[in-house]
Amino acid sequence: MAPLNLSPAAADVPILECRNLTVAYAGRRGLIPAVTDFNLTLLRGEAHGLVGESGCGKSTIALAIMRHVGAAGRILGGQILFQGRDILTMNGEELRSIRGAAIAMIYQEPMASLNPSMTIGEQLIEVPMYHEGVTGAVARVRAQAMLERVRLADGARMMRSYPHQISGGQQQRIVIAMALLSNPQLLLLDEPTTALDVTVEAGIVDLIRDISAEFGTSMLYISHNLGLVRETCDRITVMYCGQPVESGPIAKVFRSMRHPYTRGLFAAIPALGTDKNTRPLAAIPGQLPSAGALPRGCAFGPRCDYFVAGRCDSAAVAMHRVGSDAEHESRCLRVAEIDWSAPRDLGLRKNAGAFGAPILEVNDLSKRYGPVVANDRLTFGARRGETVAIVGESGCGKSTFARVLMGLTQATSGSVELAHLELSRLPVTRRSRQTIRSLQMIFQNPFDTLNPSHTVGAQIARVIRKFGVERDETRIRQRVLELLDLVKLPRDFAERRPRQLSGGQKQRVGVARAFAGNPAVVVADEPVSALDVSVQAAVTELLIDIQRRNATTLLFISHDLSVVRYLADRIIVMYLGRIMEQGTTQEVFAPPYHPYTEALLAAIPIADQRFIKRKVLLTGEIPSASDPPPGCRFSSRCSHRISGTCDVLPPPLREFSPSHRIACHLPHETLLSMRPVFEEETAS
Amino acid sequence: MLIWLPLVSYVMFRPALGPAAQYVLLPAIPAVIALYGMAMRRWRESWVAMLGLTLVCFWLLMAVSAPYLPLADPNKPLAPLLPPGSVRHGMLFLLGSDMRGRDVLSRTLWGCQRVLVWGITAASVAYVVGTLCGLIGGYLGGWWDEIVSFIGNVLLSFPVMVLFILVLNVLGQSGFNIIIAVTCSSAPIIMRIVRGLTLDAKPRDYIQAAQTRGEHPLWIMLVELLPNVRGPLIVDACLRLGYTTVAITTLTFLGLGLQPPDPDWGLMIKEAAPAALLWKYSYMLIVPALAVSSLILGFNLIADGLREMSQRDS
Repeated sequence: MAPLNLSPAAADVPILECRNLTVAYAGRRGLIPAVTDFNLTLLRGEAHGLVGESGCGKSTIALAIMRHVGAAGRILGGQILFQGRDILTMNGEELRSIRGAAIAMIYQEPMASLNPSMTIGEQLIEVPMYHEGVTGAVARVRAQAMLERVRLADGARMMRSYPHQISGGQQQRIVIAMALLSNPQLLLLDEPTTALDVTVEAGIVDLIRDISAEFGTSMLYISHNLGLVRETCDRITVMYCGQPVESGPIAKVFRSMRHPYTRGLFAAIPALGTDKNTRPLAAIPGQLPSAGALPRGCAFGPRCDYFVAGRCDSAAVAMHRVGSDAEHESRCLRVAEIDWSAPRDLGLRKNAGAFGAPILEVNDLSKRYGPVVANDRLTFGARRGETVAIVGESGCGKSTFARVLMGLTQATSGSVELAHLELSRLPVTRRSRQTIRSLQMIFQNPFDTLNPSHTVGAQIARVIRKFGVERDETRIRQRVLELLDLVKLPRDFAERRPRQLSGGQKQRVGVARAFAGNPAVVVADEPVSALDVSVQAAVTELLIDIQRRNATTLLFISHDLSVVRYLADRIIVMYLGRIMEQGTTQEVFAPPYHPYTEALLAAIPIADQRFIKRKVLLTGEIPSASDPPPGCRFSSRCSHRISGTCDVLPPPLREFSPSHRIACHLPHETLLSMRPVFEEETAS
Repeated sequence: MLIWLPLVSYVMFRPALGPAAQYVLLPAIPAVIALYGMAMRRWRESWVAMLGLTLVCFWLLMAVSAPYLPLADPNKPLAPLLPPGSVRHGMLFLLGSDMRGRDVLSRTLWGCQRVLVWGITAASVAYVVGTLCGLIGGYLGGWWDEIVSFIGNVLLSFPVMVLFILVLNVLGQSGFNIIIAVTCSSAPIIMRIVRGLTLDAKPRDYIQAAQTRGEHPLWIMLVELLPNVRGPLIVDACLRLGYTTVAITTLTFLGLGLQPPDPDWGLMIKEAAPAALLWKYSYMLIVPALAVSSLILGFNLIADGLREMSQRDS
């Protein structure tokens, strides 16, 4: 096919311009708006971030740019100018020549973008052959060169592999390579790193950042993570309910946000240098309105602190300039009236809880599945009322540990004692009701945590009955309602089915269920990672509140260090089944670091403009747990590796305080002399 | 239930009921009409399902009301080989009479009793067995799964008809053995569906939540898992009712299974087959054949409609 001759645009013609774009989806009750009044200008080589919570229309925009909104989607108005030409008026032939060639898209799930029955090489070669009609040999050379540019080692082997034979991070690099092979002018990235581990994500983010510099590609980066957008983009547009509410250069928006919603988003994420005792997370009050029933006037009005009846709810709000700045805009009527510098009342400072007696003792615990050592000699403890976080990436063994603790599988050796009762080889079916009751779990996926076939009330009541908390039916019903009160859900939710609940509400029910028997220890397996930012804040605060009230010990399993830093009293860092470092939160977040902790910290996307982060990039990928490196398990990726030592001998345990231990070969002094990963920017 | 109990007792245990037999089916008539109304309201988004429902409910209604309709006795020889629409002995033979002089219309309407009762009962038994095996194999796994899957695979390795003939020849020809035969052929397929759905639901957090609060495996299978595998099963159940109807009709056509003289569509087709070589007498064959087809079509349309609706919902 002959490539369409796109006139080389003059430098001042934007690559992409959206003007008053309006998209809706046809539902059973008519059209439901998905995106309204969306404007965007994207210049050559520029990266633009699109941020918002689920359902805010950010993915719809990407699909509209590809003019691929599906059978139910309707582009109702506006223009999408790609290098000055309107995509919405192009015919099929012109569209085909643009899609995949001039505009390429990268999705969240790399595996879904790759054909599982073709080798990577075949799929890569296809791209230049189809779009440019070059021969197979030429295409192969170009594909191989591209693999190098997306920093994939061993390109020849990679070309021969099938997608399932490589890791998720490698798959995403392949997808990016495939997109870049057609030399696109515009790259649409829809949450490209959400499915990846943090250290892998950091590598991809680094790659994405370099692409615009190296290839001059413009990017539209869609994400729910403010920190990621800050690290990759030049400009940002914050979306709410299908409308952009604030847009401008990253530095301006992040330093001085001028829309109440943007402000709310920032207050809902844990900031560096704060924790649960100094600044509670502020959830945005209320709930996202459903797309079919947007409030009149400002869509954010009902949830806004600055709402003025009669003004904010009278007519649709247009974008307003912030001061005299042509670049920074906000969809707030009162942008010039609100005193944005006034400190917001973020609620009361909570007192640090005092911890009671030790309740959980883990000693030399190991769990093997055949040759795989999922947990290798774990030793740690937790006290009553304490929050202990277990942090690590996939394959680190944190979920295996939870399964051993809950009695779903049995340990190979070592012991776990809950209040001096040995549990490591006692399956849940043989534990006493009292033991089961005192050890409960909150699960990760809000959409899976509740049985879709039973009402919320019935599911909580089952726990109460099973644990023998109450026996009388009316008392059980009363207890269900009390638990709903506890997690701040309306009482009539007892009659609802899980599908009528939002993700955050389901997770609250999960919390209620876990606390129904007044447990001594609650294991929370990434309880907020699947939730939207503002909902995360509410559920996290709820968890802290209930934990404090009941002096429950919380074992918080997570990969997200920013939440962990905020929530945890003590942190245990795991890698491939072993504990690399453990200590109080302050100790883990400040030097000396274990080199893996250092890399994990450096991988946290930081949304806070006041901090600068040191770059620590890991080489390679997480090795398979069935074939871990000998010696120190982290040695294959460590930037401080001492060859001949780290890859042969198991690391010694170095103690820096009674609570702070690091398993590393680096000498005591070297560890002590490490520089902090985060440094507050000096006012300049 | 209000439809089912009377019908089953009427068809399977008529001699035991004695004179009460004639009243047994009365409550089922309004029940069928109520069922039709309820289902029509629930499925009004899909005209395919509504059409199928109308066909099935027509035959259900005929099955329960046949004793009360002004029909000729289906087993009494009146006048042989009358063409449709003829009048003899002051009676109208709307669809004619067969070789032994029995009214074809009456036999067709009565005939659906046997097909429906044995078909639905057999399918239900197959469902109970298949679902339980599937839950056990899928949830418990290990040796349980090996055993259940192995038996299923052995049964599936027979061609369906061979299996039927084998079962009925070994166990003898009776309605209850038809149930066994249908179970042997259908339950392994149902087992596989349920097993797959169970394997899909098993790693989900709500199952883990049930495990971590120490629930008994039986509770998890029946209360936590079963309701969640229901959706795809209902669609399959409608299709399977169609297959079962075909199977039972085929068996009686072959002279296996249900025995004369009570009217039955398969039997009617079998008896009509020699005469129907003459075009003049083909009505004897066409009428029961159409009846079978319309019932199966009804089941299949309902299945299509249900699938369409469930896809639209998700």
